Amino acid sequence: MLDSLFSALKAKGTDGLAGIWTDEKKLIQAAHRLREAGFVKFDAITPFPMHEIDEAIGIPRSYIPWVTFIFGFVGLAFGLWFTWWTSAYNWPLNVGGKPMWSLPAFIPVIFECVILFAALSSVGALFVSAGLPKVDPPVIDPDLTSHKFALFVPENDRGYDVAKIEEIFKEFGADEVKKAEF
Amino acid sequence: MIKRTPLVLGKKTYQDVTNDICSLVEKVPGPKFFASLISVKALFVFYLIVMGMIVARGMGLMGVNNPVNWGTDIITFVFWIGIGHAGTLISAVLFLFRQKWRTSIARTAEAMTVFAVMTAGLFPILHTGRPWLAFWLLPYPNQRGPLWVNFRSPLVWDVFAVSTYATVSLVFWYIGMIPDLATLRDRAKNKWRKRIYGALSLGWRGTGRNWNHYEMVYMLLAALSTPLVLSVHSIVSFDFAVSIIPGWHTTIFPPYFVAGAIFSGFAMVVTLMVIVRALVPEFKNYVTIGHMEAMNKIIMATGLMVGYAYGSEKFVAWYSGAPYEQYVFMNRAIGPYAWSYWLMVVCNVVIPQLFWLKSVRTSIPLMFVISIFVNIGMWFERYVIVVTSLHRDFLPSSWGMFHMTFFDFGALIGSFGMFLFLFLLYIRTLPAISISEVKPVLNVGHEGGENNA
Repeated sequence: MLDSLFSALKAKGTDGLAGIWTDEKKLIQAAHRLREAGFVKFDAITPFPMHEIDEAIGIPRSYIPWVTFIFGFVGLAFGLWFTWWTSAYNWPLNVGGKPMWSLPAFIPVIFECVILFAALSSVGALFVSAGLPKVDPPVIDPDLTSHKFALFVPENDRGYDVAKIEEIFKEFGADEVKKAEF
Repeated sequence: MIKRTPLVLGKKTYQDVTNDICSLVEKVPGPKFFASLISVKALFVFYLIVMGMIVARGMGLMGVNNPVNWGTDIITFVFWIGIGHAGTLISAVLFLFRQKWRTSIARTAEAMTVFAVMTAGLFPILHTGRPWLAFWLLPYPNQRGPLWVNFRSPLVWDVFAVSTYATVSLVFWYIGMIPDLATLRDRAKNKWRKRIYGALSLGWRGTGRNWNHYEMVYMLLAALSTPLVLSVHSIVSFDFAVSIIPGWHTTIFPPYFVAGAIFSGFAMVVTLMVIVRALVPEFKNYVTIGHMEAMNKIIMATGLMVGYAYGSEKFVAWYSGAPYEQYVFMNRAIGPYAWSYWLMVVCNVVIPQLFWLKSVRTSIPLMFVISIFVNIGMWFERYVIVVTSLHRDFLPSSWGMFHMTFFDFGALIGSFGMFLFLFLLYIRTLPAISISEVKPVLNVGHEGGENNA
């Protein structure tokens, strides 16, 4: 039963062509070449972040800081409202003659709300942007999380042509070129 | 020109790094590990029994009473929260400062944070005396009015600070682990191993677009954790500083507590890393003497800050001209608890000075002993703050002494059982060194990049 559940939930990939390298420098050159050839949907699969890749593929700066900022602000607004609403509006209690709306004393709690909202929303944005969680997504090669590097061009990319892509992969010394689902 | 010291020894390739770190999780551990696990588990079970008896019979089993109504629970809470702070400092603050040497110790330090905060969190709940009503600390709609918590109270600030800290630390630790869990998933031969690590890795794929967002979130979490960690121990210190008890009501408390927290936490990281290096010899290539030396330097620096705070407290007490304030500090140094005060000074200020010598900083047995002394000293620092201030305040008619019972000692010692049990389980089930962070720094200190296979 569990097996059928797993296969029902299994994430679907797109068919396409993958080139696999052990030398990441060649992969970056191949990525530049693919981009010049007009491909836009291709991506690199690497075991660790490589900053040259962003430029080679044309990945823009992540939008997530905006999410963090906006939700940090929401946290601030929530903290201000909640401390006011509970302490000064909904059930005001006189504690040691202090004002009902004791803003300086509420700052620590409001600050923690800002941090909590900003942190959890950033993680939420990561989940959305990276499509997490995925059940059992297709894997091109298990070594791509260890010591190999790949470029993958999906078949729905602009001007997808197996022969042309294979030629580019071979030109930059790919160790392996294969049709794959990813 | 000054050469950089290599961060990873032994000319490792990317594949070697994966193999070294994953194999620990993949093979059946040896007898040394099982012996350690069973002994800390025995201590953990003892802890559960002690806690259970305190919950069942009540707080009367512990030494707290008038006038010392904050005792072992609060001392040990502050101690464990402080331990956690070094983990965040290594994983977040050193990350923001681009200190590459942090990569191989950050994961374990962050794990230490999570487990230390878990251990710490139980103490205030136990201290409430009726832990089954601990949810009253949270503001939730209720049928008593609704009666809300008092947001003016530092104790409520503490609830918010510690729970936010626990949540954000756990998330930061877990997000950092996702790519490495995917590595474990892809290496798994066994179906269930593949499923468990596959589920934990959330189906991570490591594309360029994924990494782009991932690195941004990692940096944002580091940037959010940094003010958070400073706020947490500042707020813990407000528990004391906002009251009007002489010896507590001082403005130096927040920075003093934060420096002490980092000091004690780094000592705990050194203690744990010495144990890890002994249990897992392969890790000596990743957690090198250079790493240990860097941490010892931080211990020495923060030890000096703590020493400065002790001196500053004394000076301000004298300079204030307030007789009660002056009395408390005289009483700490020459009163009935002078032994604990001088134990604290020797352990925290005098002994770490040995780290001025490079031979001491780079000697594993010596740094282990010194780090244990710092841990003891920092527990006694909180003991001095809590007990000596409460036991003699304004009216001599309400003076008294604090006597620890078997249950105080049991809760204190047992908490190490819980912490170490979680830590040993972590070492064997999760990637204990960040695989995807170590690989980009393999070349540091190796000339010409020939290490990059």
